[in-house]
Amino acid sequence: MGAIYILWLRELRRYVRSRAQILASLGQPLLYLIALGFGLGPVFQSSGNGSYLQFLAPGVIGMGVLFTSIFSGMGLLWDRQFGFLKETMVAPVPRLSIVVGKTLGGVTIALMQGTLIVVVCLVVGFRPTHWTSVPTAFGYMALIALVFAGLGTAIGSKLQDFQAFQLIMNFLVLPIFFLSGALFPLDHLPKFMGVITDVDPLAYGIDGLRGSLIGRTHFGLLTDMAVLCTVAVVFLSVGSYFFSQIEV
Amino acid sequence: MIRVRNLVKTFGDVVAVNSISFEVPQGEIFAFLGPNGAGKTTTIKMLTTLLRPTSGDVEIDGLDPQHQQHEVRRRFGIVFQDPSLDADLTAEENMELHGILYHVPHRLRIERTEQLLKAFELWERRKEPVKRFSGGMKRRLEIARGLLHTPKILFLDEPTLGLDPQSRNQMWTHVKRLNETEGVTVFLTTHYMDEADRVAQRIAIIDHGRIVAQGSPGELKEQTKSDSLEQAFLALTGSSIRDESAGSLDQMRQFVKGWRR
Repeated sequence: MGAIYILWLRELRRYVRSRAQILASLGQPLLYLIALGFGLGPVFQSSGNGSYLQFLAPGVIGMGVLFTSIFSGMGLLWDRQFGFLKETMVAPVPRLSIVVGKTLGGVTIALMQGTLIVVVCLVVGFRPTHWTSVPTAFGYMALIALVFAGLGTAIGSKLQDFQAFQLIMNFLVLPIFFLSGALFPLDHLPKFMGVITDVDPLAYGIDGLRGSLIGRTHFGLLTDMAVLCTVAVVFLSVGSYFFSQIEV
Repeated sequence: MIRVRNLVKTFGDVVAVNSISFEVPQGEIFAFLGPNGAGKTTTIKMLTTLLRPTSGDVEIDGLDPQHQQHEVRRRFGIVFQDPSLDADLTAEENMELHGILYHVPHRLRIERTEQLLKAFELWERRKEPVKRFSGGMKRRLEIARGLLHTPKILFLDEPTLGLDPQSRNQMWTHVKRLNETEGVTVFLTTHYMDEADRVAQRIAIIDHGRIVAQGSPGELKEQTKSDSLEQAFLALTGSSIRDESAGSLDQMRQFVKGWRR
């Protein structure tokens, strides 16, 4: 228990201390909301889809949670590079408690980041249709965070250096975001796009967020939850397994 | 106490450690010397549960690192060749993290943190993030951290690498004092022969995975009819440079590792 707690606390301390980084990480969502929300708003509206800002906000929240959680998992890469990983590898605690603490820490900071982005959305003019379903939205944020903290841990355990980082960013993280339906509705997509979005776990996360915040869903809230839970279990297991195999 | 018998580690066809045996009694400062790629780090990894021996026996305080991993880990502290602190956390937080990972009771942890940070002259800076520390301060903090859980054995893998003479001098003074006050066994590797000569009671020299000589600094000098330990070391291991063979050995290890994944 102690190990889980202290590694969770470590993630939190590192996050809270990186104020400049937090501020910087709010710039991107803000840019999306303003440039796309207001820029594409009129086109979106005239095609009979309603307010684009309302539609986009859950996608941008999901993006923030995705990035924070996956990079928190991949923080292992930094821990390896700067040596801290060895300190945990020789400690007399099961590897599983280390990975659990780290993951819970990642989920916590992803939720904090998500909350900040919710505030940014509200400032820009986004309004949830039912305030009562905001807690449900936090549930979906937590599920997204679990899924991608697990994936991040799996990747971070396997990568040996920073060189592959850009590759992961461009061929995994960004496609996960752009093909999740964060920016566009999933209805009436070309067939191949439909297939891709169907296998993108983030699509279910964003759909869940959108369902709870503005009452509009593509897959249905229950399907979203079932898929996210399943993928979370798979990714977290794979991540923990890879982590247990690390050699220093 | 450390007891090693016929210890072997092979990576594919490469024999990194070739049937070495030695004993380090409790409370001794023991230096393990050798050229690059001689097998020092591989040996330390096997002693500290990080690597599984191919064959042979290791006993750490009467326990087997392979089968009683966590028990063994509680009994030693280790300072690695490269840094292993969290630079974003403060000195105090690094100590806290270590103390909790090693199940040190809260009160004891607070007491010992204060005692050790004071002993290593870091107490005034305890609230500062480690990234603002100098190289020497970081090393001192690593040693203080390694001692927090009152280990019986302290492994120091080239702890003075990259430090200036002042920091090195100060560090060994601290280590010697802790060895005397706490009776902790010290197992160290270094490339600075004068350091080994000064602090170690006994020395083993390893080359090409084999121990080529063992004894007190005096005995080694006598055995090779040398004036200094440096000369004795060169007499025992030859004066050709090992970087290249070490490089290919490392490549081989990487290659084997790659295939095992």
